[in-house]
Amino acid sequence: MVDQHIVRQFDEELDELRATIAQMGGLVEQQVVDAMAAIARRDDLLARRCQEADVEIDAMEDKVEALTLRMLALRQPVALDLRAILAALKIAHNLERMGDYAKNVAKRASALAHLPEVGAVNGIVRMGRLTHGIIKDVLDAYAEPNVDKAVTAWTRDQEIDQMYNSLFRELLTYMMEDPRNITACTHLLFVAKNIERIGDHATNIAETVYFQEKGTRLQGMRPKGDRTSYAVVTPPEADEAS
Amino acid sequence: MSDATQIAASAPAPVATAESPQPTAVAPGTGAAAIKILARDVNVFYGDKHALKHVDLDINEHQVTALIGPSGCGKSTFLRCLNRMNDVIDGCRVVGSIKLDKADIYDTSLDVVQLRARVGMVFQKPNPFPKSIYDNVAYGPRIHGIAHNKADLDEIVHRSLERAGLIKEVHDRLDSPGTGLSGGQQQRLCIARAIAVNPEVILMDEPCSALDPIATARIEELIDELRENFTIVIVTHSMQQAARVSQRTAFFHLGDLVEVGDTEQIFTNPKDGRTQGYITGRFG
Repeated sequence: MVDQHIVRQFDEELDELRATIAQMGGLVEQQVVDAMAAIARRDDLLARRCQEADVEIDAMEDKVEALTLRMLALRQPVALDLRAILAALKIAHNLERMGDYAKNVAKRASALAHLPEVGAVNGIVRMGRLTHGIIKDVLDAYAEPNVDKAVTAWTRDQEIDQMYNSLFRELLTYMMEDPRNITACTHLLFVAKNIERIGDHATNIAETVYFQEKGTRLQGMRPKGDRTSYAVVTPPEADEAS
Repeated sequence: MSDATQIAASAPAPVATAESPQPTAVAPGTGAAAIKILARDVNVFYGDKHALKHVDLDINEHQVTALIGPSGCGKSTFLRCLNRMNDVIDGCRVVGSIKLDKADIYDTSLDVVQLRARVGMVFQKPNPFPKSIYDNVAYGPRIHGIAHNKADLDEIVHRSLERAGLIKEVHDRLDSPGTGLSGGQQQRLCIARAIAVNPEVILMDEPCSALDPIATARIEELIDELRENFTIVIVTHSMQQAARVSQRTAFFHLGDLVEVGDTEQIFTNPKDGRTQGYITGRFG
């Protein structure tokens, strides 16, 4: 660990900043877990609680902004201090977005709880579990801090993208099979998209941790796996008819 | 000149030359900037005290190079080597090679007065001569015989004061004593005096430490303008100032040149732990 600052208050402020991010990360992690549980268990009550938790996350982002603004103005940080402060600001923003997506998942969980069950939910839950694992890893990578862990988490985002691709196709198939599935499947499609976005923000955090520690950008292109923008699925009946 | 001043620039073995491989402390070439001053294996001794140790540093032309470090780190000592100001200090010995445009400035045949006309200096405390504003600026051109007649001299004084950003404030009182100006104006007068002899390099030893923030901002703005025509080396205790005015920054500690690089790199991502510790305020 690096030495203490001569001005001890600066260290205390940096500690507070790190602690706030860690706390915020914990809240987001819980929110993602709850939102997924609400989907899996068709639990409207949990879904509503999960939506309310977002207020607290937003408040913490405000706190991080206020802290960083104050430190930039009063401490004129450079080098690793500057990187740590900028990193906290960026990570807080990423976490806030992740919270918003989790809230959206929870909203859809409320809707889904009142709709007939669709088989694709299992796939969504698996995707959520994987995403939760990545969130946990990037938050650990920030807290320790551990660059290797950040890089590993960064590359794992591809798995989420791949799951999203297959879910996309699966959901379209369900919709084609029975139009009564369309409402639930559309909600699930958005849920999957939200989870995929949460994963993207988690990888942004991994990149920020890398920059904070190394002072350089994470090199090379991250393997991108989301190909749904180009996906075309033809209904089986149409195939038979032709 | 002090007898104690010994120069071993032509000594064989340890003296690095321009052709030697670049030591790790020296950052790789920054763009296409030409090297104005090339210092290799510079050592300074005050009596037995080894004040500056094996310093290799390139000063790029038309750039501002900031020398930073805690008190007693050797940054001012190094600055004073660049126009042989250390010659006048008893017991001070400079060993190594410093080349200005490839010519060794410690060559015994070199005229030190001429050198100091090429490498001017501005000090921490504004030190105008107890003469008029005009005579302060005209002093250098007069003793170096730069002006051929009164009109020439007027022109030089006027232009120097203009370049130093002072002309508007003093044009109607050139005969008033320079010491009657404010601190910031006096410092700009000293800069005008330094540039009146048309030097190639200007050395500045904490030029703003006795000035208020507004006068400091004026000098910093001036430094940035001056680098178009001059090469500037500045010693400063204000890291923010180094960050604001310089293109390259060199960090000294306990007589060692610890790290030198592009200012942006030094202040965002320094390579050496000691640099990091100093600029972030972690030095015990």
